[in-house]
Amino acid sequence: MNYVFKRLAQAVFTLYAVVTLSFGLIQMLPGGPADYLRAQMRQQGGTRMSAEELNRRIEAQYDVNEPIHQQYIDYMASVLQGDLGESVRHGDVADVLAQAIPWTVFLLATSLFLMFTIGVVLGAFMAYREGSRFDLGSTGLSLVLNSTPYYVVALLLLTFLAYRTGLFPTGGHHASKLEPGLYPGFVLSVLHHAALPIASLVVTGFGGWALNMRGNSIRVLGEDYLRVARLRGLSESRIAIRYVGRNAILPMYTNLMIAIGGVFGGAIILEQIFRYPGVGWYLINAIGQRDYPMMMGTFIIITVAVLLGVVIADLTYGWIDPRAKGGASRESY
Amino acid sequence: MSPTDEPRTDGGVSDFETVAESELTSRERYREALDAMVLAPARIVWSDWRARISVVILAGYVLMGTVGVMVVTEPSTNQGPRLTGAFRTMEHPLGTTSLGQDIMSQIVHATPFMLKMITAGAVFTVGVATVVGTLAGYKGGRTDSLLMTFTDIMLTIPGLPLVIVLAGVLDLQGDPYIIGVLLSVNAWAGLARSLRSQVLTLRDLEYVEASRLMGISTPRIVSQDIVPNLMPYITMNFVQNARRVIFGSVALYFLGILPYNSVNWGVMMNKAHYNAGAAASPAAFHWLLMPMLAVIILGLALTLFAQAADRLFNPRVRARHTKTVSDADGDEGDGDETQPTGVIN
Repeated sequence: MNYVFKRLAQAVFTLYAVVTLSFGLIQMLPGGPADYLRAQMRQQGGTRMSAEELNRRIEAQYDVNEPIHQQYIDYMASVLQGDLGESVRHGDVADVLAQAIPWTVFLLATSLFLMFTIGVVLGAFMAYREGSRFDLGSTGLSLVLNSTPYYVVALLLLTFLAYRTGLFPTGGHHASKLEPGLYPGFVLSVLHHAALPIASLVVTGFGGWALNMRGNSIRVLGEDYLRVARLRGLSESRIAIRYVGRNAILPMYTNLMIAIGGVFGGAIILEQIFRYPGVGWYLINAIGQRDYPMMMGTFIIITVAVLLGVVIADLTYGWIDPRAKGGASRESY
Repeated sequence: MSPTDEPRTDGGVSDFETVAESELTSRERYREALDAMVLAPARIVWSDWRARISVVILAGYVLMGTVGVMVVTEPSTNQGPRLTGAFRTMEHPLGTTSLGQDIMSQIVHATPFMLKMITAGAVFTVGVATVVGTLAGYKGGRTDSLLMTFTDIMLTIPGLPLVIVLAGVLDLQGDPYIIGVLLSVNAWAGLARSLRSQVLTLRDLEYVEASRLMGISTPRIVSQDIVPNLMPYITMNFVQNARRVIFGSVALYFLGILPYNSVNWGVMMNKAHYNAGAAASPAAFHWLLMPMLAVIILGLALTLFAQAADRLFNPRVRARHTKTVSDADGDEGDGDETQPTGVIN
């Protein structure tokens, strides 16, 4: 309980730090936020707006005359209420991101799940057949794939499977003529569009997990309790799953939490390459368009998503490692 | 694993050593230091095939960035015909861009920038992580919990989005060192955490305790007794971070997020993909492929180096089938008792 509470408090504090950081960054914009807003509105409204009209509208959105701490409190309050500001191009930031985030999370969760599963299974087999040709080949392959950046694979897949052969679409998250809904045609279209981005992450990602799992399994295979388990006459599959698998996966679980953030970074770049309108796509475009409310909103949303992922991983940690339930800190040294 | 030879437990009265030390000329001492710090590790590295391949490749990149820049002419527009394919002509072995720039000269002239950037990033990551990790681990108490809270926050903030936002807001110039540091802005956190847990083991070892009892100052204990033991692990992470910086930077240059004032591999990929449509048109594909190969080969060399370093320094991998490995820490508790410290220190 204590452990869970500590992690939750930490997540809340991290979120607070990130929102503060984003407030600080907005203050650091060249000319300050008000100048920026003025330029945007002028661009938007053309020359029809008079200077007073401009100032009035800016003050309505952003109270420049207030002292900085008041602005900070206002900003905090509005972010907490889910108000992430207005994007010049896309309207309300929170609305836009609310419909974008499920797509990104879908990409991410699928990729992470696939690469973790493939990595764990492959790594376990490699460990059991240590030194065999299968092991050497898989180790080599994992190494090469793992040292290839995912966006390189993405570009190659895009070139050969989407543009040259037309097997896969080159953008979007579903065929535009389909109405969203839960029917087979739409689901297939969604999978079809997500296949290449997911494949790029999985192909370059599973190798690291496999090598990690292989090393851990080899270590566990040398432990005494395994010999005892064999002497007790337990079935080999039970040993492989309950004894070797569980103990080898355990140390990788912390890495999984860190990987959530890493894979998010990957998704951002992939969404841009595959023109997949998720959170990352909006983030990159916002930078190109100097759309600061969108930029900061996306950053905050991504952090929230990562924090949620980490907290979920933390809470389920006790499920695979009963020791963590005891409330003792799991830092062991 | 003797800590240092100056403040000795016997009070420094041994005649033998004083005599021997006075006869050691400074030149001999330099040679000894060189042997201990450069030659011996180099010999060990060379004994592993992975390390050998990676050192050769890395040396190739360094040569490309130093000598190559002087030999190969600088890229300029209309150096040759437009969009010559790779391996077609001798003048443009890797082909040309749609503006007639030679791709090989672009790749070569981008190398110094890339090398500076990845060095800056890796030095920053390793430096901050070592300071934070050892300080937290050795001091413990309030220092530890404060530093670790900060580290955990940095650890959970998603790295690449943070870098993207910072690059979008800050007024960056195309300085390789600053960009290298920016790309590592929170990469040090994970390393700091694992260094801390290793320091927690190290600080209770007998010889460290002996140093403490002899009244040696804390900074000295940390720098002379603790950090040398972590060097192998730090070296490995240095290499891995170099790889991380190169992958991240090329991605961001490719998307046109980072500012640049000279050509580099990511910018080349950007131009090939977004200006020439290299994914759709076969005529421009080599323009996209060549910088990608430059990144992949460098990445592979760094991975191999990190693997080799792990194999050489990691007692767990070396003695993986012996059951005496005392490792309760699971994932990251490698840097303890049986390391060949003498090699690096």
